[in-house]
Amino acid sequence: MSAPLLQVDQLNVAYRGADGLVPVVKGVSFTLGREKLAVVGESGSGKTTVGRALLRLLPHHAHITAQSLHFDGIDLLAASAQQMSQLRGRRLSMIMQDPKYSLNPVMSVGAQIGEAVQRADALSRTACQERVEQLLARVHIREPQRVARQYPHQLSGGMGQRVMIAMMLAQKPRLLIADEPTSALDVSVRQEVLDLLDELVAEQDLSLLFITHDLNLVGHFCDRVLVMYAGRVVESLAANQLQQARHPYTQALLSAVPSLKHRRASLPVLQRDPAWSAA
Amino acid sequence: MSQVLNKLLRNRLTAVGLAIIGLLVALALLAPWLASADPLRQDLSQALLPPGAHHWFGTDEFGRDVLSRLLHGTRITLFIVVLVTVVVGPLGLTVGVVAGYFGGRVDAVLMRLTDMVLSFPSLILALAFVAAMGPGLDHAVLAIALTSWPAIARLARAEALTLRQSDFIVVAQLQGASNARVLFKHLVPLCLPSVLVRLTMNMASVVLTAAGLGFLGLGAQPPLPEWGAMISEGRRYMLDSWWLVAAPGGAILAVSMAFNLLGDGLNDALDPRQTS
Repeated sequence: MSAPLLQVDQLNVAYRGADGLVPVVKGVSFTLGREKLAVVGESGSGKTTVGRALLRLLPHHAHITAQSLHFDGIDLLAASAQQMSQLRGRRLSMIMQDPKYSLNPVMSVGAQIGEAVQRADALSRTACQERVEQLLARVHIREPQRVARQYPHQLSGGMGQRVMIAMMLAQKPRLLIADEPTSALDVSVRQEVLDLLDELVAEQDLSLLFITHDLNLVGHFCDRVLVMYAGRVVESLAANQLQQARHPYTQALLSAVPSLKHRRASLPVLQRDPAWSAA
Repeated sequence: MSQVLNKLLRNRLTAVGLAIIGLLVALALLAPWLASADPLRQDLSQALLPPGAHHWFGTDEFGRDVLSRLLHGTRITLFIVVLVTVVVGPLGLTVGVVAGYFGGRVDAVLMRLTDMVLSFPSLILALAFVAAMGPGLDHAVLAIALTSWPAIARLARAEALTLRQSDFIVVAQLQGASNARVLFKHLVPLCLPSVLVRLTMNMASVVLTAAGLGFLGLGAQPPLPEWGAMISEGRRYMLDSWWLVAAPGGAILAVSMAFNLLGDGLNDALDPRQTS
C-alpha cells in the first residue's frame, strides 16, 4: 500500500488560557487514504478543532503539536504561511456547517465562486462566468445563470450548501473536510447534499473527512469511523461494523439513537466513566 | 439604490436634511448667477444697511451684500466638507480595518496612535495644527482631516473585529485568498454602511470646526466670504446690525443640522436590522 494521503500522528491542540494551556485535542492519530472517513463525537469532543488544525485555521492562541502531520508528503506543521495558503483551496478544502454564515452576504454567489475559479487558473471574465455556471450546474442547481447573480440571503439552506460545495470544487482539491455539512439543513435536503457529496467523491478522486454527530448517517455513508471523546479517539472501526462497537462510549451513543422500530420508555442517559478520557 | 432613497424620503426629518443639503449644493453651483452683487466689492456709502428689498440680508461694514457673500460661502463650506471626507473616509477605513483584521501588535500600534489623536478635543488639535502650518483654507482642511479620522478608524476596527472570525472570512482564507483580498474585497464592503453613516454625521462637525477655525481667523482668510469668518467680522457690530451675525450663523446651523439629520436617516435606511 502506498503512503496515505493524510497522516496524523499524536496531534495535540491546546488553547493558551489565563492559567496555562488548556488541552482540547489530545494525541489524536489516524490516517486517511482514498476513502470517506467519519469523525463522530459529542459537542466539544474536538472534532471541528481537528479539522481546522489540519488547515491551520485555528485562532492565533491555539497551540498545535504533533509527532507527524503529513498531507501528500508535505509537513503541515513546518509549512510556512505562504505554503499553507498555496495548499488551502488547491489541495485541501473545507465545507462549513452553516451556509448562512460561510457565504459573504454582500457578494453575489457568482462573484464568490468566481474568486476561487480565478485562483485555480486565470480566465477571462466570460470564461470565468461560464465556469461558474458549469460548477453550479454540476452541483445540481437549476438556472445557474440566475443563481450566479443572486446574493446568499436569496438562497435556501440547501442551495447555499451546494453553492459552498461548488466553490470548494472550483480548485479541484484532493482532500475535502466536511464539518457537519448537513446539520443546518432540513432532513429532506440533507439526503440531496449527501448524495451530491458521494457522487463527487466517486467522480473527482476526492478523499473525504466527514465530521458529524449523526450516527445513523455515518453507518451507510462512510467507510470508516473515528469516535472521539474529550479530545481523544476512543475507537476506530469500519462503518459497517458500527453496531459491533466495543467501547462503552460508542455503545452508549448508539443506544441513545432513537429508532422508529422499537418503542422505549425513556432515552438512556450516558453514564460517563472518567476512565474514557484518561485512556 | 432607489430602495435606500425611498426609505430615506419616507422619514420626514431625513427628507428635510436631504433637501437642505440638495439646496446647498445647488446654491454652490449657481452662486455666481444667483448672487446679485460681487461678494468682494466694497461700497462704503452702502455700509451696514439693514435687510431690505435691495439687500435681502443687509450689508456689512464695507457695504458688501451679505446674501451674495453667504451664497459664495456655500462653495467654501462644501469645499472643506468634501475634501475632508475624501481624505478621512479612506484613511480611517484602512487604518481601522487593518488594525481589526490583523490584531495583535499591528492593532496595538495603530490603536494607540488613534487614541493619542482622540484624546485631544478636535478643535484644539486642529488649532494646534493650523497654528503650526500657518492659517489658510488648505491648512484648515488638512488640520480637520488629521483630527477626524480616528473616530472612523475606531468604528471600522470594531466592525472588522466582529467580522474577522466569521465563517465566510475563514472560507475566503480557506480558498487561499491573500490578506489584501480578504481586507478589501470581503471586509471593506461590509464596513462601508456604518462608516458612511459616521462620515455623514462627521460632516456636521466638520462644518462647525471649519466655522470655528474661520471665526478664530485661522481658516479662510479675509476677504473670503467664509461663514465663520463672517461672524467674526460682524461680531463688532452685532448689537446694532444683528443681520451680520444672524445670517451666517443661521446658515451654519441649518447645514450642520441637515448633515446630522441625513446621517440619522442613512443609519436607519442602511441598517437591514431596522426594517419596519
